[in-house]
Amino acid sequence: MKRFLPLVLFSAMVIVFAAMLLDGDRNPAEINSVFIGQPAPAFDLKGLRSQDGRLSQTHLADGQVKIVNFFASWCVPCRAEHPALMALAERSDIQVYGIAYKDAERDSRAFLSELGDPFDKIGVDLNGRVGIEWGVTGVPETFIVDGAGVIRYRHLGPIIGDSLESRLLPELKNITRANHETQSGKKD
Amino acid sequence: MLGEVGHVALILALMLSFIGMTLPHVAANRGDERIMRYTDRITLGVFFMVATSFAALTIGFLISDFSLRVVAANSHSLKPLLYKITGVWGNHEGSVLFWALNLSIFGAAVVALGQNLPIRFRSRVLAVQMLIIFGFILFMLLTSNPFDRLNPAPFEGNGLNPLLQDPGLAFHPPMLYLGYVGLSVAFSFAIAALLEREVTPQWARWVRPWTLAAWVFLTGGLALGSWWAYYELGWGGWWFWDPTENAAFMPWLVATALLHSAIVVEKRDALRSWTILLAIVAFSFSLLGTFIVRSGIVTSVHAFATDPARGIFILVFLALVVGGSLLLFALRAPEMKGGGLFKVVSREGALILNNVLLSVYAAVVLIGTLYPLLNEALTGTQISVGPPAFNFFTIVLMSPLIVAVGFGPLMAWKRGQIGRVTKWLLPALSVAIIVMVATYWSSIGGVLLTAFGVGLGGWLLVAVLIEVHRKLKIGTGSRRSLGYRLKAVKRSEWGMTLAHGGLAVMIFGIVISEAGTSETIAAMKVGDEVRVGAYDFEMTKVEPYVGPNFTAVQARFNVREDGELIAELTPQNRLYHDPIMPTTEASIHPLISGDLYATVGEAAINDRWRVRLYFKPFISGIWLGTFMMVIGGLISLSDRRLRIGTVQQPQKVAG
Repeated sequence: MKRFLPLVLFSAMVIVFAAMLLDGDRNPAEINSVFIGQPAPAFDLKGLRSQDGRLSQTHLADGQVKIVNFFASWCVPCRAEHPALMALAERSDIQVYGIAYKDAERDSRAFLSELGDPFDKIGVDLNGRVGIEWGVTGVPETFIVDGAGVIRYRHLGPIIGDSLESRLLPELKNITRANHETQSGKKD
Repeated sequence: MLGEVGHVALILALMLSFIGMTLPHVAANRGDERIMRYTDRITLGVFFMVATSFAALTIGFLISDFSLRVVAANSHSLKPLLYKITGVWGNHEGSVLFWALNLSIFGAAVVALGQNLPIRFRSRVLAVQMLIIFGFILFMLLTSNPFDRLNPAPFEGNGLNPLLQDPGLAFHPPMLYLGYVGLSVAFSFAIAALLEREVTPQWARWVRPWTLAAWVFLTGGLALGSWWAYYELGWGGWWFWDPTENAAFMPWLVATALLHSAIVVEKRDALRSWTILLAIVAFSFSLLGTFIVRSGIVTSVHAFATDPARGIFILVFLALVVGGSLLLFALRAPEMKGGGLFKVVSREGALILNNVLLSVYAAVVLIGTLYPLLNEALTGTQISVGPPAFNFFTIVLMSPLIVAVGFGPLMAWKRGQIGRVTKWLLPALSVAIIVMVATYWSSIGGVLLTAFGVGLGGWLLVAVLIEVHRKLKIGTGSRRSLGYRLKAVKRSEWGMTLAHGGLAVMIFGIVISEAGTSETIAAMKVGDEVRVGAYDFEMTKVEPYVGPNFTAVQARFNVREDGELIAELTPQNRLYHDPIMPTTEASIHPLISGDLYATVGEAAINDRWRVRLYFKPFISGIWLGTFMMVIGGLISLSDRRLRIGTVQQPQKVAG
């Protein structure tokens, strides 16, 4: 039955592929991030708006769970995901930080005044350095950082379709719960 | 309007190819030759439709018709003309259309050049080709339509990834596609042969030129791709064992094996079922590569935008086409008992060794590429197989192959005499040993592995020369003139010699550049001088530079050897505008002894710039060697015995 061997090996391979493709939880871009579970890389950025001051990794480690969104006015998918960010901004329990990636300040401001400003704090990453440190492969990209400043989740590409409901919000809920537990553990 | 023309042509091509993939089989089963003859016209019709569609998309890019989504997403009105054209296949949808175009070109080529093939056989071949085209067009129309419209159309496009705005990149994917698609012809021939139960030496003769053409394209495409990586990515490397590179490398390995095993079928009527299997596997690897790159199942620097629907479609298509052909193979295998008998020590034996090593190597690369996936599926943890593992297997498996390449062409068919051939090869052996010892004692590397690699290269180069020497019967007292003897050697033999020689040159390039590279990473300011190997790099200037669609920081280096100016290097750190993206442009100055290589990175503090400076000895040998292989393949292809139209009835050509 040697002659069936190529067919058998090939079939086994197809089954593995099919299993991986149909596994909805698997996102090849996610597993690639070595940053998950690591503290956010150090950075110190100029703020975009007058009230922002500076934005650095210490702001991320203040006990609150945060969403960090890399955006740019020149990026079309960023426009597409903007309503999702605005929806997140409505919620008082989450802080949304923005990092304007390789974008002139004037353009970023115009972008936000046109579409609305969902951000609690905005840093200007003009040369893209922070993006590189965070391993951003393209804008938009969204991270969830826990209260200790550790990156817990990474979402590649725009938050559109059902990805807010089915991915980001459940992750956010879990991370917030875990964060509460560690925070209250500290207080005891 | 343009979009509609392209779209309609694509739909017509789909319908026509459906007829083309079914009708010939019906006709063949009925033995109706009249219907079989229609296959030619259907094939040409499909070619015409796909070409129209491709032309429509190309015009869309040229006139920047942003109502086409693909154009808006990947082009820009200010982009240089060349990159507007290459933008056509620089994106997922366009590249699939380009695949389909190449498939239909090869189909038309079979019609044009294969008129001497028996009509039954030709129509079967074309029907298989049509099946593949049908699959690709259906894939486009269902999941990746290049003629999707945007309404309202944007005023400006998004631009093309600047890494792709480079001549090396503009031309390596199309070369690779031609190679992948060329293998589809070998595949179609194999399936037709299985269906017709005609796996004969004649079949091998038909299939060889197509395989050779595909192999030439693959070799050229891989060489250009690694050249692009070498000077555009700015890492100083040229091969990274990236899944996408492996996806192109595996079909090349199998195609190389197929080239050699088809010789055995043609000359000795042995290895029939193995050769058929290789023809199936070679094209399967091409499809598998497509799947790996486009399904998003692995992450890679080359990956296209991913979409699960596409992955599922390609997987189903792969399962049907490859699974179906392997099933057909298994069913017909018992009928393909080979004819010619031979001893283990013989030309056939050497070619089998070649096949075994290349196939095992291809399997190792496949496992290395997929192992992280498999591991993840079984254990849920992520690992990666790094270059050290790949390099280890390359050395273990390819070293014996290179030794065997020295022996193979000198061996007689059926029964060789290893003692005699070894005696002929004694000069090669001595050169290998001398070079090995010399390298070990000299300063190049001082590492045993380097010495071994250089020795292997020396062995092969001298063995090739010995083979030429014997071929020309120099010193045998032959009374024929040298000119006559030169002419008597067939072109395909010269092709082989050149390709094997190219392999030797490539080995030198790889081994010497790997071992002897001098590298310095420094933060330099204007006026600083750094010594790299035997060369002094002086940073003379850092200046702004304005290109057509980018701005850059350009550094100037004067390179001196013993105080004498020998080169000026001007690496750039570019920032493209649409989309905004930084790229590194290495500046390379080739010397006979090696390449001077410089890149400039970001500004560091105190007016200093991060730079990488290299001297890479004999690295151009890698591309010189592959170039020799390509030329060897082309010379062999020009051999009239192999010329595609003249295979069936040679006496007609004579008359």
